[in-house]
Amino acid sequence: MIELENVSKWYGDFQVLTDCTTKVEKGEVVVVCGPSGSGKSTLIKCVNGLETVQEGRIVVDEAEVTAKSAKLTALRAKIGMVFQHFELYPHMSVCDNLCLAQEKVLGRSRSEAEARTETLLTRVGMIDHISKYPGQLSGGQQQRVAIARSLAMDPIAMLFDEPTSALDPEMIKEVLDVMVELAREDGMTMMVVTHEMGFARKVADRVVFMDQGAIVEDRPTQEFYENPTSERARDFLSKILNH
Amino acid sequence: MGDFDFSVIIDSLPFLWDGLQLSLLLTFLAIIGGLVLGTLLALARLSGIAPLALFAAGYVNLIRAVPLILVIFWFYFLVPLALGRPIGGFYSALIAFVMFEAAYYSEIMRAGIQSVAKGQVHAGKATGLGYWQIQRFIVLPQAFRNMIPILVTQGIILFQDTSLVFVVSLRDLMTASSIVARTEGRLVEMYLFAALVYFVICFAGSLFVRRLQTRMAT
Repeated sequence: MIELENVSKWYGDFQVLTDCTTKVEKGEVVVVCGPSGSGKSTLIKCVNGLETVQEGRIVVDEAEVTAKSAKLTALRAKIGMVFQHFELYPHMSVCDNLCLAQEKVLGRSRSEAEARTETLLTRVGMIDHISKYPGQLSGGQQQRVAIARSLAMDPIAMLFDEPTSALDPEMIKEVLDVMVELAREDGMTMMVVTHEMGFARKVADRVVFMDQGAIVEDRPTQEFYENPTSERARDFLSKILNH
Repeated sequence: MGDFDFSVIIDSLPFLWDGLQLSLLLTFLAIIGGLVLGTLLALARLSGIAPLALFAAGYVNLIRAVPLILVIFWFYFLVPLALGRPIGGFYSALIAFVMFEAAYYSEIMRAGIQSVAKGQVHAGKATGLGYWQIQRFIVLPQAFRNMIPILVTQGIILFQDTSLVFVVSLRDLMTASSIVARTEGRLVEMYLFAALVYFVICFAGSLFVRRLQTRMAT
């Protein structure tokens, strides 16, 4: 479903991604982790073309994202993305946040879009807040709305860029619960940048560990946590576990 | 001091009212036109397309380095030459104001657009929205809202500047007051009255801006 082949990227002279190769099969959940500044977020943003790469190939659902002729807007409409800082549109109600792209990109009528919106908000437990504005919601609530907004486009895969790292601890669970359900019940193809080990162990098929722009490990979840092969992964795990 | 005659104001009120209407109409149309053109210039400047950005930057810098009165003159004399026929004082003044204000509004809107978090554009892109859709539905509404106080302040300045249209013989509030002042020989009364009207309108505008700012701060 998502394939990255020898992807490299530079900001000026600074290399942010070095020869990254990995793959996410249909229905698979892959967690990407690593120390900050390791290029995880950059990598995931390359998948839907929010960041460009200088070398390598990225293919999503048989369409090459990295091709010059890539129809990025059409491709992005098929891949959902959830951001660290939610990025709900603050000047629109929750309902309008979900309806905008449904109407403008998918061409749904207002009533079709609203019907889909209500279904998804019910699902993430936010239907009571449908006419509120993002500023009136807590972080966890905003993130659940943001997930619903992505799902409203009926995506074939979902990208999560540190979806819980801007949240207060007591709100992390409500967001992770939605994500777990998405993985288990919908069999959604997911690529998730996160440090949440509990989440990874529950639903992730594989863990990709990155350091300094390179993929250091790419292995089944249990193997990665129980027996990391690289020194850097061991070091990283000991730091996030021992506190 | 005893021979002030304020009845001259009452008598000439309809005439002054026509002048004020012209000032307000010119202000209103120039704000709309300047805002639309200014927003396009701001988008051009931020487009990342070098020729467009360069053109917009050049335009803004040129216009801002020239006195408004000169711009009004230019358009009064140049537009008829370009079109081959006169278009009258009102339209040439309106074009001049729109072109002039566009430079200022473009800087305001540029700051406004930059005040919108980059993640908002990413969120729009990620749902498959195109450039113009993102600008129209996500970026510009937020940019505009963030900049309303400054945009209104610029509108107040514009309203005062409309008094310059006397140079192309348009009868705005200022010109109308002058005409009455000179024909009736009541300079002090008329200029005091004109000042009062400008003050009331501009001060009301300032109070409105202050209220907006306190409301936005909360």
